[in-house]
Amino acid sequence: MLMATDSISRYWNKTTQAAPLAVFRILFGSLIFMSMIRFWWNGWIEKLYIEPQFFFSYYGFEWVKPWGPYTYIIFFVCGVSALFVALGYRYRLSIVLLFLSFTYIELMDKTTYLNHYYFVSLISFLMIFLPAHNFTSVDARKNPKISYDRIPQWTIDSIKLMLGIVYFYAGLAKLNSDWLIHAMPLKIWLPGGYDLPVLGYWLQQVWVHYALSWIGALYDLSVPFLLLYSATRWLGYSLVIIFHLLTSMLFPIGMFPYIMIASTLIFFPPKLHLNLLNHLSRWVEWIRPGSQPGRVLIYDGKSLRQKVKVSLFIAFFALQLTLPFRYVLYPGELFWTEEGFRFSWRVMLMEKAGSTNFKIVDKQTGKWFYVDNSDFLTSFQEKQMSFQPDFILEYAHYLKKHFEDQGHQDIEIYVDSYVALNGRPSRPYINPNIDLTKKSETLKHKDWILPFNDEITGL
Amino acid sequence: MKQVLFFLLGVALISCDSGSNESTDDNFDRQAMLVNWADNIIVPAYKNYEGEVDALEAQAVVFTNAPTEESLATLRAKWRSAYLAWQWVAIFEIGVAETNGLQGYTNMYPANIEEIESSMLSGSYNLELPSRRDQQGFPALDYLIYGLASSDAEILAKYENNAYKTYLTDLAKRLQTLTSEVVNDWESGYRDTFVNNDGSSATGAVNKLTNDYIFYFEKHLRASKVGIPAGVFSGTPDPTDVEAYYASDFSKELFNEALACSKAFFNGQHFGSTQTGEGFKTYLDYLNSISGGTDLAQQIIDQFAAIESTSSSLTSSFSQQVESNNELMLNTYDELQKNVINFKIDMLQLMNVKVDYVDADGD
Repeated sequence: MLMATDSISRYWNKTTQAAPLAVFRILFGSLIFMSMIRFWWNGWIEKLYIEPQFFFSYYGFEWVKPWGPYTYIIFFVCGVSALFVALGYRYRLSIVLLFLSFTYIELMDKTTYLNHYYFVSLISFLMIFLPAHNFTSVDARKNPKISYDRIPQWTIDSIKLMLGIVYFYAGLAKLNSDWLIHAMPLKIWLPGGYDLPVLGYWLQQVWVHYALSWIGALYDLSVPFLLLYSATRWLGYSLVIIFHLLTSMLFPIGMFPYIMIASTLIFFPPKLHLNLLNHLSRWVEWIRPGSQPGRVLIYDGKSLRQKVKVSLFIAFFALQLTLPFRYVLYPGELFWTEEGFRFSWRVMLMEKAGSTNFKIVDKQTGKWFYVDNSDFLTSFQEKQMSFQPDFILEYAHYLKKHFEDQGHQDIEIYVDSYVALNGRPSRPYINPNIDLTKKSETLKHKDWILPFNDEITGL
Repeated sequence: MKQVLFFLLGVALISCDSGSNESTDDNFDRQAMLVNWADNIIVPAYKNYEGEVDALEAQAVVFTNAPTEESLATLRAKWRSAYLAWQWVAIFEIGVAETNGLQGYTNMYPANIEEIESSMLSGSYNLELPSRRDQQGFPALDYLIYGLASSDAEILAKYENNAYKTYLTDLAKRLQTLTSEVVNDWESGYRDTFVNNDGSSATGAVNKLTNDYIFYFEKHLRASKVGIPAGVFSGTPDPTDVEAYYASDFSKELFNEALACSKAFFNGQHFGSTQTGEGFKTYLDYLNSISGGTDLAQQIIDQFAAIESTSSSLTSSFSQQVESNNELMLNTYDELQKNVINFKIDMLQLMNVKVDYVDADGD
């Protein structure tokens, strides 16, 4: 017991060179900066956050909405703070602004939910508390007092742990019968790449679908460990590069592959990062590692500030480890109801599509009509709404308000909804006899989702 | 360090590229499907339509030179057969038909008769403006040859006014111009562009035409021809908002023709023939052989039969139908909707085609 406590306290006091975290900060900030420019350049701010007349909110975050034409300000703040994070300029303020603005953007409309955006939010949250600007940063150059070339080991390990969770949980999520036994959804997705040079032919072969499903699951489960041990690190990193480049060829996943390829460099020993910084400093002077080595950043483990920080990190990771399993609290098939699906590193697991139409019934006259969804939603929103129950409910309430404002009184809203999942034939999704205006959004199970009538076994 | 990274990139690229020198084609030849669509379906249907529109235009000239009972009857017959021929090309909003707005200028209904009357009598109008779409095409011609008055004699009397003659021939000429632009394009290079655009990108010809097909089935066949008159989207049936409202007994025939075209295109059936080639049916059969699901093509064909059987009891005038027995109209809508589900969810899922190009990241 004493020994255990001893080794734990020794771990908290252990230090390492600061270079890996500095390189991580520079790459992470630069990539987020680039992805903001890309987002702006592609006209997606306009298309996703200004043109739509209605936005789908996360439970509890209904107050987070785009700011009309001023939405550009949020993206501007996000891009500039990402650049400042990369430079290590006014780091603490910049990383807080990056976390807040990026997270705000993601909360504005859950139509655009992506696991990798969630990942960026989490990492930028962690980085608020990490000493990422004490080495090769504008801040450290200007103020030698905060310049350190050794920092606590756990600060770097926390990023590794987060990355490990992302991969490992993504791997666990693949341990299900659709993925392993039916090679779904790859069996649907991969043949679509028929026109890729050379690969096109192989992507039609069923054995390839199975091989890639199994390899993908094994990759996700093992890559954190391969990266952790020096003997297998280069192997692990080669797999990271191959895997992410392959997925970026096959699927429209934007910046994510590059963010992961850059992030996982943190697993390498400091020597590699120092070399990298020395190489880069030939072109960018401020990046040159400091010339007065030997300053060690040691946190005072007894200070309240430190205790709070450590407790926060423990709570954060405890939540990260358990949140993906919250789905066991809900009855029914997770892929079908999607209750507990998000924020769980369930990546690329489903080919799901739906068609959901809303019937507005005047309770007094019995007259009814169907809504043309394209009057209210963009095609992207309509697509996402059609197979996710929380979207369907929120939209129904929006329609109720809209038609009541138009003078219809006492209306009921029913849906006619069909959904297909992973190659199964489409089937009715929402109970058509339930008036959705009577239902409200909660975290409880939605008993108006019709049963899946099939089984997907596994995690 | 740098060498190592380059080496890894090299490994990654080679491993993506290694394996074989085999052809990049899989077992389904999408180009053959595009060739069948272009050479046996789309171009022949357009040429047939072009011929009908030419005849309509010629008869409009004959009629305006000598408006008689007889020339009016011939004009109506030409209008009918051109309108029927239109139903066989309306799906293909691709190439010039997409850029010149053929669909909107040809068949936007109901016609705006107040605007027609006022621009006709003022004599100043520019039919090329998008705001004039509901004052031209078949619906406006419908009004000019059936709707001007309640008896043929009164309609003929209207044509003593030159303004009516000019407007009528202008409309016919406009249809002719738009059509020949599209046909010329198919015949002078677009066919090859179309057939060679067989990639999987969102702008690939297979993706685009699949989206066009489903859009047509959902918005034009299901909604405009049946749903809107039946009041599905408004709560109140609207007998005036049917295709060919003034001809009054023609709406069902047009619907049947459009339905027949949708079915034939699904089957890859050659225009004007019973022979079939590569099309959605054979493509779905191929994809099904990989994924091993239910026989979707057969399910869609069966649903076409169900639609035909329900709609066969509709009367020839949908205006009358929605007033006498709207239930039957709603039943037809429901049967059409079932194939919308089959197309939009199941077929697109299997074909891995996006409903609409969503220009954003996925994960």
